[in-house]
Amino acid sequence: MDNNAGMSLIVKTVTRILVGFILLYGIYIVLHGHISPGGGFAGGFIIALTYILFMLAFGKEEILKRVPQSRIPLLESIGALMFLTIAVLGFFGGYFFANWLPKGISFKLFSAGTIPISNIALAMLEVSLGLFGIFLVLVLLKFTPSKNGGKEN
Amino acid sequence: MLTYLLCLVLFCVGLYAILRKRNIIKIIIGVVICEYAVNLFLIVFGYRANGRSPIYSQDQKIIDMVDPLPQACAMTSIVMGLAITALLVAIAIRIYEKYSTFDITKIRKLKG
Amino acid sequence: MIELNLLLIFIIIAAIVAIEVKDLLSAVVAVGVSGFGLCITFLTLKAPDLAITQLVVEILCLIILIRATIRLDLPFSTSGRWFVNTFITLVFVAVFFYCGYKALNSLPQFGNPIMKVSQFYLTEGTLEKIHATNLVSAINLNFRAYDALGEATALFAAAIGVMALMRRKGKKTPGEKESDG
Repeated sequence: MDNNAGMSLIVKTVTRILVGFILLYGIYIVLHGHISPGGGFAGGFIIALTYILFMLAFGKEEILKRVPQSRIPLLESIGALMFLTIAVLGFFGGYFFANWLPKGISFKLFSAGTIPISNIALAMLEVSLGLFGIFLVLVLLKFTPSKNGGKEN
Repeated sequence: MLTYLLCLVLFCVGLYAILRKRNIIKIIIGVVICEYAVNLFLIVFGYRANGRSPIYSQDQKIIDMVDPLPQACAMTSIVMGLAITALLVAIAIRIYEKYSTFDITKIRKLKG
Repeated sequence: MIELNLLLIFIIIAAIVAIEVKDLLSAVVAVGVSGFGLCITFLTLKAPDLAITQLVVEILCLIILIRATIRLDLPFSTSGRWFVNTFITLVFVAVFFYCGYKALNSLPQFGNPIMKVSQFYLTEGTLEKIHATNLVSAINLNFRAYDALGEATALFAAAIGVMALMRRKGKKTPGEKESDG
């Protein structure tokens, strides 16, 4: 790829090492949302922030190559449908949004019924919202200076 | 009482920015500040003196918890704030592309 | 709670700087200062979930706002009826502040929440029946899941709105995106 895009070599190398760990931390926060502080809201945005870090370090072209823009609405739709499916499946337990799965033992990862699955569904929504923010910055602002540069100055 | 009053002052600062400023980015900043004030007021409203965070811990019986319900509502509100900000920035950029200014009075002049 | 009031005064000063400074980039950075102060305030008020969420959301919001203003920094002039506009706005804000101050008198004392609704969640046995440790998560996704459903709906609508605003240009000139990107 083009070496001039993005920041210097040191930043790129450190980013390449760190991105995986930050992504792992976000997934940890999502999965442990019912035990410790955090949850789908915070963890989803942390996952989205890894892509922003990637964008800032490597430039726009690299992330547009890795994450096609058409895949983000798909992710968001999957998240929303998953949340709605959890709600409808609550009719097995008697009513809408019933917590009908086995509850397990407290302070363990597999506990609290449908709450972890709802956390994952919400995290998908948040990731897609954060990526929408990135592409708002990338795609929408890309045309502006070239178009209005002559008119404004 | 003083804490509630300071939240109200923060909201009034945001309201002043929305009403008085002519730059669209300043208006967006005013909306963001109003959001901060509302979230802060919700959390301050549910605070219990010398309370603990609403998370159970192993082998401990916690009775003096702060109110968890406003926290759950404010969590939703914070995330909505980001969506609102993104939408407002998108609209502002579109306005800039069409009129090449951020000043709302100029936009009104161009419309005739 | 003297530190809480000091933090609130810090946030208010940052907000005033944000709306009064001339440079747009400085204004956005001052909003960031205000938001991180809010994050520390949440931590002081025993709301760690909110502190994490506010921190992450603030970073994302700051990046969007900075990228929106960094190239388009325009000096804007205050011409015309400066005095009349400011006077009317200040009168309106003062009336609003007075009404709010009157309304604050009927609130419960700071530090003694009523907790009529939350008592139900606490005595329901979140730990014994649902086995969820984090009460905020349990309330958001189990007891009051309709809130989360409405929030997901609103997020979906906002994202579709952003997508519609983004795609108008792309449809008009489909070949330009690949060549530029």
